[in-house]
Amino acid sequence: MFENLSLLALQEYWWLIISVLGAALVFLLFVQGGQTMIYKLGKTEIERKMIVNSLGRKWELTFSTLVVFGGAFFASFPLFYSTSFGGAYWVWMAILFAFIIQAVSYEYRTKANNFLGTKTYETFLFINGLLATVLLGAAVATFFTGSQFSVDFNRLTDLTSGEMPIISSWETPFYGLEAIWTTSNLAFLTNLSLGLAVFFLARLLANLYFINNIDDDTLYERNLKCLKNNSIVFLVFFLFFVIRLMFIDGFAVNETSKEVFMQPNKYFHNLIEMPIVLILFLVGVVLVLFGIYKALFKASKKGIWFSGSGTFLTVLALFFIAGYNNTSFYPSTFDLQSSLTIENSSSSHYTLTAMSYVSLMVPFVIAYIWYVWKAMDNEPITKQEVEEDNHMY
Amino acid sequence: MEHIDFSLVDWSRAQFALTALYHWIFVPLTLGLSFIIAIMETLYVKTGNPEWKRITKYWMSLFGINFAIGVATGIILEFEFGTNWSNYSWFVGDIFGAPLAIEGIMAFFMESTFIAIMFFGWNKVSKKFHLLSSWLVAIGSNLSALWILVANAWMQNPTGMQFNPETARNEMVDFWSILFSPVAINKFLHTITSGYVLASIFVIGISAWYIIRKREVILGKRSIVVAGTFGLIASLYLAFTGDGSAKAVAQYQPMKLAAMEGLYHGSENAPLVAIGILDDVEINVDEDHFIAELPIPGALSMLAFGDFDAFVPGIYDLVHGNEEQGIISYQEKIKIGKKSIDALKAYKVAKKEGNTNEAEKQLKIFKENYKYFGFGYYAGHDPHELIPPVKITFYAFHIMVSLGTYFILFFALMLFYTLKNKIQDKNFILKLAVWTIPLAFISQEAGWIVAEVGRQPWVIQDLMPTIAAVSKIATTNVIITFFLFLAVFTALLIAEFKIMLTQIKKGPEEISKN
Repeated sequence: MFENLSLLALQEYWWLIISVLGAALVFLLFVQGGQTMIYKLGKTEIERKMIVNSLGRKWELTFSTLVVFGGAFFASFPLFYSTSFGGAYWVWMAILFAFIIQAVSYEYRTKANNFLGTKTYETFLFINGLLATVLLGAAVATFFTGSQFSVDFNRLTDLTSGEMPIISSWETPFYGLEAIWTTSNLAFLTNLSLGLAVFFLARLLANLYFINNIDDDTLYERNLKCLKNNSIVFLVFFLFFVIRLMFIDGFAVNETSKEVFMQPNKYFHNLIEMPIVLILFLVGVVLVLFGIYKALFKASKKGIWFSGSGTFLTVLALFFIAGYNNTSFYPSTFDLQSSLTIENSSSSHYTLTAMSYVSLMVPFVIAYIWYVWKAMDNEPITKQEVEEDNHMY
Repeated sequence: MEHIDFSLVDWSRAQFALTALYHWIFVPLTLGLSFIIAIMETLYVKTGNPEWKRITKYWMSLFGINFAIGVATGIILEFEFGTNWSNYSWFVGDIFGAPLAIEGIMAFFMESTFIAIMFFGWNKVSKKFHLLSSWLVAIGSNLSALWILVANAWMQNPTGMQFNPETARNEMVDFWSILFSPVAINKFLHTITSGYVLASIFVIGISAWYIIRKREVILGKRSIVVAGTFGLIASLYLAFTGDGSAKAVAQYQPMKLAAMEGLYHGSENAPLVAIGILDDVEINVDEDHFIAELPIPGALSMLAFGDFDAFVPGIYDLVHGNEEQGIISYQEKIKIGKKSIDALKAYKVAKKEGNTNEAEKQLKIFKENYKYFGFGYYAGHDPHELIPPVKITFYAFHIMVSLGTYFILFFALMLFYTLKNKIQDKNFILKLAVWTIPLAFISQEAGWIVAEVGRQPWVIQDLMPTIAAVSKIATTNVIITFFLFLAVFTALLIAEFKIMLTQIKKGPEEISKN
């Protein structure tokens, strides 16, 4: 079945898979958003316990999605993996450290003799919530603003030039951190605005999730209040990012020569030239807003499903305009021709085909995750439950 | 190649070694304990005896503490291939990335989804569905081991691929030969069964501690029966797969085998050193380096090739070559590798200039010499630099094998006295069981040291050395992250250790009260 597809079709299919995983990851970052509000929402120990346990049943899903996102990127677009991870070293390391400290914090937080103390583990959760969202958002923003790296395959065989035989080279001494202060083309504003938009989106999604998942009147009221604030700030950053995105020059690829060049309003053009993506984007944004509206004005507890699916569609559309329609998804501002596209950075036809068969498992995975989620969350968390159960975080 | 930054390579290696060794403290316990718990829960569902449920829940609480830190230390390993081994990621990403992605899709989601039911679902789903979830957690964690070990095995014995000169990388041409390569199968089975052995020792050791204190005697004995049986079967199989691993090493990584045995001069009817002490081994390969040794004549030839008369090459033979045995010297291999690299370079130039004939000629030269491509990066270097650290490999191997043999006897002993209902009277054996726990962890780490230190300097056997695989980052950055990992992982290890000890001291009664 997949063998008969062209290499380009497979590359496009794998960009779709990457986009789906990226979109799912951003939705699931509500766990991180929630972690930044443990003390803001929970004023008593039992309230905090309800919050932590509500998130505690989902954190591994977000974690696994991140790992699979990384693995899938490695398998399908290895040149991105080697260039970005091996270059934007500090950005990825900061993100990874944030996830390392998260992974133990739920289990160890309230355990006796836990060495670092409950507060430290809660601080770890906060750090994870802040860094993972802002940095992942900023890292994705560099898909549109570019980074400073070069790629040269000839280096592998060059034993005499005085350079190491390393194909990908990051060309700043800050290894990715410069994304938050690069003034050229106001890249830092674009990067930071998406980072902060993701941060506040994760928080508002967490509010909606708690409203749905925790049965407690006090927490419900506090969540509503927080939801309003988070939504306003999110909208400011998100709108700023989207407006900038529509106006900046984008990294286009010449269809014939495969040369990368700057095209004014490239991402706006991508939306217009791919109407389905435009529809996805608009429906996504409307759904995010509708979920917030339902929760704030209709006292609905189902807001998370609207805003969650809206988040998924919006991020999906953003990934599409980053990678499809002759666009470089990981552009280099140091050397335009080093920019990565889905065509020049992918795995071979054979590997993409083999992996495509593996991807057929994804619907089954989604089905059992869905089933388990329903089984576990059939009844919202209550004070009584967290007080009684002996395996609580 | 004066331009190689060896400090960068060394620190990158140190960081990977540090993170991998930390991660491996926790993984084998997860691999084995998940199955032991699933077996215990099956007994509960089959018999309906609530004591089995209590036993299951108790071991599950310890499993949870270990699992969390296993996950924490594991995430970095996947991404480190990119962050610190960027060239490697491109050179073989077409092959290596696939198992990692499959691991995620197939195993991680299964583990992380069903673990929620395992811990929190006792009153939310049916008994049978809960049992199924516990089994799926065990299967998921073992499946994840499968894929990462397939990837590791491929690095030790690259197969099922072809170099594409256009993209300057190796590309997969046969998925099944990668998955079912004998090295991969052996590595997988050897590694997971070692996890079962460790987990069994862990359960037996803690159970013994309770019995010594006359607490939870029933829980202790039942746990010993389950873990003892599981451990005995696993340890016997471990010895069997160990033999298979040694044969694979002999075939594909002769230098590693020579280092494992401290064998400097090869011979027919080569002896296996049962116990030995090496002097401060230097690069001088002309001499043997044993201060004291207890050799078993012919055993190494038998172990490696199933034939007492087989020739086992030593380090000297491999470095300097041995015409009689048809072994090419390292110097020669370096020349061949360099020829291959230069031909690839010339091919690219000819291709760019549109000189088809020259391109074809260079491509032919490249392909003929590709087998030793990685050696070419050592052009101008002393070939002795290609010898792995012999002392570390030798001692790690011997520690692993000695402990593995001891574990078989240990399980047999524990099972015998428990089934005879005499274990409570054997204080010495019970104490021995407690002290065997750290030995199990030592044997695990030793095993990975043999596998990874013994294959230096190869990231991919004969094709890519570490000096050509690393990411181009200023060394200071790697030093900083090395110490950050050291600090964070050590703090988390201390936390894990303290929590685990506290939970064990509390015992099942108090844990279920909390």
